[in-house]
Amino acid sequence: MLAFLVRRLVGAFLVLVAVSFITYLIFVKIPGGDPAPRIAGRLATDQNIADIRQKLHLNDPFYSQYWAMMQSLFTGSLKSYSSQLNVVQEIKRGIPATLSLTIGAGIIWLGFGILVGVISAVTAGRLSDRVITVLALIGISMPVFWLGLISRYLFAEGHPLSFLPDGEYVGLTVNPWQWFVHLLMPWTVLAVLFIGFYGRVLRSNVLDTINEDYVRTAKAKGLPPRRVLVKHVLRNSLIPIVTLFGLDFAAVIGGSAILTETVFNLRGVGQYAADSVQSLDLPPIMGVTIYATFFIVLFSVVVDLLYAWLDPRIRPT
Amino acid sequence: MPERLIEVKDLKVQFATEDGIVRAVDGVSFELARGEVLGIVGESGSGKSVTAMTLLGLTKEKNTRFEGEVLYKGRNVLAMNEDELQEVRGNEMSMIFQDPMTSLNPVYTVGAQICEAIQIHEKTDKRAARLRAIELLKQVGIPNAESRVDNFPHEFSGGMRQRAMIAMALACNPDVLIADEPTTALDVTIQAQIIELVDRLKDEFNSAVILITHDLGVVADVADEIVVMYAGRVVERAPTRKLFYDPQMPYTWGLLGSIPRLDRPRQERLHSIKGTPPSLIRSPTGCKFRPRCPHAFDKCMEEPRLENRVEEPGHLDRCWLSVDEKRRLREATIAGEEEAA
Repeated sequence: MLAFLVRRLVGAFLVLVAVSFITYLIFVKIPGGDPAPRIAGRLATDQNIADIRQKLHLNDPFYSQYWAMMQSLFTGSLKSYSSQLNVVQEIKRGIPATLSLTIGAGIIWLGFGILVGVISAVTAGRLSDRVITVLALIGISMPVFWLGLISRYLFAEGHPLSFLPDGEYVGLTVNPWQWFVHLLMPWTVLAVLFIGFYGRVLRSNVLDTINEDYVRTAKAKGLPPRRVLVKHVLRNSLIPIVTLFGLDFAAVIGGSAILTETVFNLRGVGQYAADSVQSLDLPPIMGVTIYATFFIVLFSVVVDLLYAWLDPRIRPT
Repeated sequence: MPERLIEVKDLKVQFATEDGIVRAVDGVSFELARGEVLGIVGESGSGKSVTAMTLLGLTKEKNTRFEGEVLYKGRNVLAMNEDELQEVRGNEMSMIFQDPMTSLNPVYTVGAQICEAIQIHEKTDKRAARLRAIELLKQVGIPNAESRVDNFPHEFSGGMRQRAMIAMALACNPDVLIADEPTTALDVTIQAQIIELVDRLKDEFNSAVILITHDLGVVADVADEIVVMYAGRVVERAPTRKLFYDPQMPYTWGLLGSIPRLDRPRQERLHSIKGTPPSLIRSPTGCKFRPRCPHAFDKCMEEPRLENRVEEPGHLDRCWLSVDEKRRLREATIAGEEEAA
């Protein structure tokens, strides 16, 4: 077990290095990627640009630049090229909004995804299953930005139906109730896609598991149907859902929430990333990339551990 | 006269499918008394497993139709509701299945699965159930039962898993143990051990056993009576000795002929029954075995009834051939010289 953990952590570290290095290369080498002219402004002389290059060590070999950037990132002194704001501070400022959004949405989509999946599997072929299937497909097909704008229009912008505040993030510690009502719409909008998707996946998992021999054994033992469903069918069909959830959740924290954050103006990390990419601002991009990779790597380790806990067959001995 | 536990009367089980009605079991009758072992033999698709599952009400689905009666101690299983069925399943009648590799839930320990069977039917606390589980594992011959009880199924070999299944089936001391091809997935040396075990435990637990198999060799030593099924029907039924020494139905000859034997001259190839079992949606007219039977004649267009045709009173069959003809013809079939003849 310990060896497994150590191996995974070393692997995770290597992934972090590789991802950050590749991101760095991409942004340095793309046309227009040179930050000096942009920082110098439109009326800059060649001398200005050369000075900036000198000051930012842009003439050094790229690997030493990369090293310097990593050093300043991890010591927390890395500054944005354009706004001169501290990158780590900015990411830290965005984290409460992003985590509030993703954790809340994650709970909603996992809970409803399981509920919807189980209902449609249990009633497979009947009306409720068909209705759920259609709703799930609609949910999967609706783009987040479209659904976000429509729901803002209907529920927040003075429309007769409106009862929710329009966007913005209020800190949990500032006002828990306002935190909740401000996030209700973003949570739902972000979760809809996943509810549909998870419902479909779980439905087919459950239908596969129901035909397993050990489910027949459980029935032959005289267990009540509900117990057979929960202990023998669901327990096994949820294993793949856990993997999906771990990776999706990490991906959402690491940037897939960009659209939701932007639509609802939550000022989370995703929105920060989107703004930085638009202005080709390398330091924040590096910071956000490391942050996102960290969560994805972390959650894939967590998923592996959970997996071993859920399925004794792959438990390392 | 030992207590009669099971009485199946003219049982029919039909499944409505998109292709038509599947007559999986078509008029099967037999009885089982305490202490007895009944063998049900037939090819795949002859309806033997459906018969077994129906005894526990496990075939009850929306598209299933039943006729006839399955009486357990005089109560009709087919008329029971879900609660009554749960009370019977695992408690009074229990079942072990063909493939021990997939019949145990991979995410729970063997002990937990045995305890589950105990605790659902009896008010026992966890500790007592666990001790019972260990005791049961010992009885089915699992070494180091105290530590093995906490193993997961994948840590058991195939034979051990089948032993664990048997332990689970016997957990509540059932009256009837139904074993649906319990040895098919196991290798030959283990097969004999499992069958022996079932036979021994039947006496220890004072229960009756229904042993379902496609291999007459498996039931030869332990069964008291054998029912041979074909296309959802009983085609021959006899006390075990009679079935082996004086088989009346050409289908039974085929089954007997396909067992490899040491006491006969070695043949080039093992005998097999030609053709495949008929469709259960549109089965042949007359005798169901007619299309595959080398001895079929005109009269076989009409289906013979299951009745007694030989001197032995308990020996029933469905074949129009005269007893003398049968005795003459079958030697050739069983010896596998059918083609030469």
